[in-house]
Amino acid sequence: MQNTRNTEELAHGLAEEVPRLTEAWRIFRKNTLAVWGLVIFIAFFIVAVSGLLLTTGENPVLDPAKVRLSEKLLRPLTPVNTEMVKPGDRPVFGIYLLGTDDLGRDVFARMMQGAWVSLTVGFVAVGISVIIGIILGGIAGYYGRLRIKFMHVLCLIAFFVSMILLASGQRGPALDSLAVTLLLSAFSAVYHYLAAKGGTGPKILDFLFFDTFSVDTLIMRFVDIMLCFPSFFLILTIVALLPASIYNIMIVIGLTSWMGTTRFVRAEFLSLREQDFVSAAKAMGLSDISIIFRHMMPNAIAPVLVSATIGVAMAILTEAGLSFLGFGVPPPHATWGNILAGGESFIFDAPWLMYIPGLSILTVVLSFNLFGEGLRDALNPKLRKR
Amino acid sequence: MEPILKINNLKVCFDTDGGLAKAVDGIDLEITKGATLGLVGESGCGKSVTCLSILRLIPSPPGRITGGEILYRGMNLLALPDRDMQRIRGNDIGMIFQEPMTSLNPVFTIGDQIKEVIMLHQQKTSSEAEELTIRILDKVGIPSPEVRIRAYPHQMSGGMKQRVMIAMALSCNPEILIADEPTTALDVTIQAQILELMQSLQDESGMSILLVTHDLGVVAGMASHVAIMYASRIVESGSVGDIFSNPRHPYTLGLFSSIPVTGKRGGDLYVIPGSVPDPLSFPEGCKFRPRCLFAAEQCTAEEPPLREIEEGHKAACHFSKTIDKYVWKEKTKTASFLISDEQHG
Repeated sequence: MQNTRNTEELAHGLAEEVPRLTEAWRIFRKNTLAVWGLVIFIAFFIVAVSGLLLTTGENPVLDPAKVRLSEKLLRPLTPVNTEMVKPGDRPVFGIYLLGTDDLGRDVFARMMQGAWVSLTVGFVAVGISVIIGIILGGIAGYYGRLRIKFMHVLCLIAFFVSMILLASGQRGPALDSLAVTLLLSAFSAVYHYLAAKGGTGPKILDFLFFDTFSVDTLIMRFVDIMLCFPSFFLILTIVALLPASIYNIMIVIGLTSWMGTTRFVRAEFLSLREQDFVSAAKAMGLSDISIIFRHMMPNAIAPVLVSATIGVAMAILTEAGLSFLGFGVPPPHATWGNILAGGESFIFDAPWLMYIPGLSILTVVLSFNLFGEGLRDALNPKLRKR
Repeated sequence: MEPILKINNLKVCFDTDGGLAKAVDGIDLEITKGATLGLVGESGCGKSVTCLSILRLIPSPPGRITGGEILYRGMNLLALPDRDMQRIRGNDIGMIFQEPMTSLNPVFTIGDQIKEVIMLHQQKTSSEAEELTIRILDKVGIPSPEVRIRAYPHQMSGGMKQRVMIAMALSCNPEILIADEPTTALDVTIQAQILELMQSLQDESGMSILLVTHDLGVVAGMASHVAIMYASRIVESGSVGDIFSNPRHPYTLGLFSSIPVTGKRGGDLYVIPGSVPDPLSFPEGCKFRPRCLFAAEQCTAEEPPLREIEEGHKAACHFSKTIDKYVWKEKTKTASFLISDEQHG
């Protein structure tokens, strides 16, 4: 009896101990700007999802592609001209909430459609960059001290050559180079197998297996190289080469923005790998993969989460910039960037065509940044004010 | 009796900017089944490196095992493939660490962490593993284990965390438990509890323990055999009785003389002069020579091997046949580096 009561009391005590997330939320709530960021973020999410639902299908409620040449460049809140427009072509409320553009298309419908593009571009691109960043950062941080053998450098070089040849469209040489890569890897695999069997490998081949630089050097210098590129122009070049599509843009933005995450994860891992719980996990017989991803990653994820929210804002901005320059999602599909671009020619006649998408981008990006910073303060105990 | 773990001539080096540091330089150890071996030495003498080598956990680079063999049931652990080694870690050989505060992952509940180890090494479903976890936590003396499995490490005290670590190390019934200074970070009353717990678990399961410590009192209470390490080598080894009642190496003698005795007032406390040599520049010959009261020419010329003086009692000193505690007493009477009562009192 005594024991059960004791247990209940204990359970109660444990339940009262606030988990870390509740604690973080309590701190986050005090930051008014960050809470507004979160509110706008949620509102944007709802708008984007309803935008997707309302603008697709056979007879969408909001038709972003309907051209009404008689109704072009109308101010926001102008009622529809019932004499000129057929009943089926009229906007849903009989009013152009945000006006029309130079082809008489409903800007409100186009904004709704564009919101979904911005949202997916933001999240998919950041998703890609976070996955790459976590894997490379984790490897650089955990295996950093390992040295790469000369043979493996040769493998890597052959692999990169084949990839470059493939990208430039030379199939034949690319396949040759890939074959060389495979041969080299097979050779070094055999060498390592023999070395593991006999204690030492064949002595004659040792000269091919001297240590060069470390894994950390390889990955982090690659990060430095990627950071040296003016990334917007890199994206422009790649997008110009690839067929214009929203998916290509997401992937390209993702592939050019993983460097920050890599650095964050590596930095966290450098301090985590010296901690006893990592040695303890190893001593319990856990595999490296499980130690890196199950045990160390949750301890390193807070700064990544923060940089990801800010990364979403960056990706939205990049996509808008690309669309503005005409390299983005191809028309007639609307995005905030190409609404902005379309409005540029009518800046004096129809300034709302620039203000509406411009202010929307500003609001969303700002809200993400504020939310991200609030999240950082809430998750980083060192920045907490007690 | 056949030893369950036998270390032969183990050598471990670390590449540093200043050159090659020999952390462990040819040591031999034997652990008998069901017995406890105490490994004693100062900080930096190579105790922890020895422990980590057994499980092949030496961070590499910069560390390297350059020679010797570690035989577990006749299998050389140093030559095993990584995959087989992973199966041995945790399952056959468990390890607990010095710092219970940081040895548990802060983001998982302790129940999850123990369960993970059980499910890794034994074919058990999640609910079976949970039952086992509760049982083992109960065994190591955690009150209300069925509630505590949902606790995070930061909700527990140091002693409790060390109990959890022991539970985790023992969850797969290992043959050998390596305890690397398990009580150093705990306060004295908790120390006694943890040692008692380890003792009773050993009696129950018949596992062997390698107990690393710098506390001779702990060794006296727990171990059946003792090995004293100094500057990367073993200087004296034998049964607890041999070492404690008849120490034969000047370093061991010095260690015993430097322990204050409770209740004894007015006597002088011995201090071993000098400090541990830098592993990058060990002295020539015997590594203890610069600090030794008995140093002679022979000690510079030749490093003394670990030789048997009596049955099962070995010492690495040229003069261990003649040195014992009576000779020591005579010698230290005239020595000038004693801390007098006024200074340390």
